[in-house]
Amino acid sequence: MILSVLSSPALVSGLMVVRAKNPVHSVLFPILVFCDTSGLLILLGLDFSAMISPVVHIGAIAVSFLFVVMMFNIQIAEIHEEVLRYLPVSGIIGLIFWWEMFFILDNETIPLLPTHRNTTSLRYTVYAGKVRSWTNLETLGNLLYTYYSVWFLVSSLILLVAMIGAIVLTMHRTTKVKRQDVFRRNALDSRRNIMNRTISPFGHS
Amino acid sequence: MIISILGIRGILLNRRNILIMSMPIESMLLAVNLNFLVFSVSLDDMMGQSFASLVPTVAAAESAIGLAIFVITSRVRGTIVVESINSIQG
Repeated sequence: MILSVLSSPALVSGLMVVRAKNPVHSVLFPILVFCDTSGLLILLGLDFSAMISPVVHIGAIAVSFLFVVMMFNIQIAEIHEEVLRYLPVSGIIGLIFWWEMFFILDNETIPLLPTHRNTTSLRYTVYAGKVRSWTNLETLGNLLYTYYSVWFLVSSLILLVAMIGAIVLTMHRTTKVKRQDVFRRNALDSRRNIMNRTISPFGHS
Repeated sequence: MIISILGIRGILLNRRNILIMSMPIESMLLAVNLNFLVFSVSLDDMMGQSFASLVPTVAAAESAIGLAIFVITSRVRGTIVVESINSIQG
């Protein structure tokens, strides 16, 4: 777990998202968080999730955030004095969250503070080396495609809805776009239009 | 877990503009996802991983639509200051 200390920049970057003055910096810090969680997932042995979650989170979400940040002229903001105005309410909500976390986390399975653990820790035999070991991808596929295939299809529907929604929302009706009126084009009669044009330069033949 | 708490704090304490307010939401989603995966490894259950591979799809979808809404409102309104949100009344 010494290498887990290398993944603690995730916490620092999570803090710095809010505090960065330059808005481009505050987009780069979530990218650092995503990279660090990918490292943590590799340490856990989940190779598939460690490769998929940077692709999704960095490649789609952070890139779109970067596009929007670069599109708008967000100036480098000075530190507001108004932070202290919002501090009482948000501080109380944050403290409530911390307090609830302590209730959940302080169990025997997840000790929060380093208390005296008894020396006979759980020894479980790792069966993965004895039988044919499945990769992470195989175990996911075993569940997702057979028993929970409805979830898979519903998530594809969610993505479709998101794509349609984003296009519909940002379609700009006021710019002049050359488009064809389909019914008018189908109603054109070639005999009336094209034949007239070929006859008339010759005069009346 | 702590990343999710930091994300909540980031939403609550940061009122500069809506764009920076919506970035800790994404990091919060990722932190909850990481939570799912860690618990599914330590509790030896496969349900956590099969759910945690579907959460990023929802995260990407709602971030796309949220950014589209943000682009539209800033195009209509002209500024991205959060204090003028109560002009939507009516």
